[in-house]
Amino acid sequence: MSNHNATADSSRYFVREHHPENGTLLGFWIYLMSDCLIFACLFATYAVLGRNYAGGESGAELFDLPLVAVNTSLLLLSSITYGFAMLEMQKKKLKPTMIWLAITGLLGAGFIYFELYEFVHLIHEGNGPQRSGFLTSFFALVGTHGLHVTFGIVWLITLLFQLKKHGLTPENGRRLMCLSMFWHFLDVVWIGVFTFVYLMGVLP
Amino acid sequence: MSDHNHDHHDDHGHGHHGHDDHDHGSVKSYVTGFILAVILTAIPFWLVMGKVFDKSSTTGFVLLGLAAVQIVVHMVYFLHMNTKSEGGWNMLATIFTVMIVVIMLSGSIWVMYHMNHNMMPGMTSGMAHDMP
Repeated sequence: MSNHNATADSSRYFVREHHPENGTLLGFWIYLMSDCLIFACLFATYAVLGRNYAGGESGAELFDLPLVAVNTSLLLLSSITYGFAMLEMQKKKLKPTMIWLAITGLLGAGFIYFELYEFVHLIHEGNGPQRSGFLTSFFALVGTHGLHVTFGIVWLITLLFQLKKHGLTPENGRRLMCLSMFWHFLDVVWIGVFTFVYLMGVLP
Repeated sequence: MSDHNHDHHDDHGHGHHGHDDHDHGSVKSYVTGFILAVILTAIPFWLVMGKVFDKSSTTGFVLLGLAAVQIVVHMVYFLHMNTKSEGGWNMLATIFTVMIVVIMLSGSIWVMYHMNHNMMPGMTSGMAHDMP
């Protein structure tokens, strides 16, 4: 490329060439890793405080495992539907990409709905975050994950509008890949949540 | 002129990258990952809800083991982790994070466990249970 353009400009772009291509994706990955540290801190807090009930009810009495199972399957399904959206994007098919994305968003919204239902139910019964160390750490960890999913849905809706307006441009492709990593990452965090908080929390 | 040059370079970058280096997976890999994930999710729920093991500690260790396997499955099939993506920097960042997380988690739990036992003499674990 420097053949026909041996000016000062080309030397500037020559430097550009040595930047890693798709640096956004690596940068976003590093952001996710820092997010991973936030969740690790919250998990550590739960590990320390998770059995301090202050005379209140324990996880075994409060957690509704069938509801958690439904939530887990919603999130798992949304992971594979996002995967299908990425495959359609790769084939440059706009409409199926948007349909799979919309399904992913709906599954995510279902997840948030059930989680809010659980939270409202707990708080209504006097088991809000101020009740005990266990509930404080529970709400902090699960709430942070829920907030991430909520922002993921906001991002997803924004991208749907971007796709509708501009189509499958390279920029939109890059954004979709970032959201893809974000979404799958949240599913990975949820594995930790349902295993460590819910399932191990109800063990005697 | 420089604009043209710039665009040309970018196009080249995307064309090259979109098809060679970036693995979006295939239907097969997503479905394989999904089936594995479903199995690895169903087993822990069954273990706990069906009260399969008598001892909580046995169930706990099995659950943690299954979760670790499922995390790897998600990383490989959904996040397409491999040693080559982004020239290895992805993997390096991940290994570093895992190291920090392990130090932080095990350190916190270890320290706080000993705090509970050493800082409150005469307190049995049964009483500590009810502390706020």
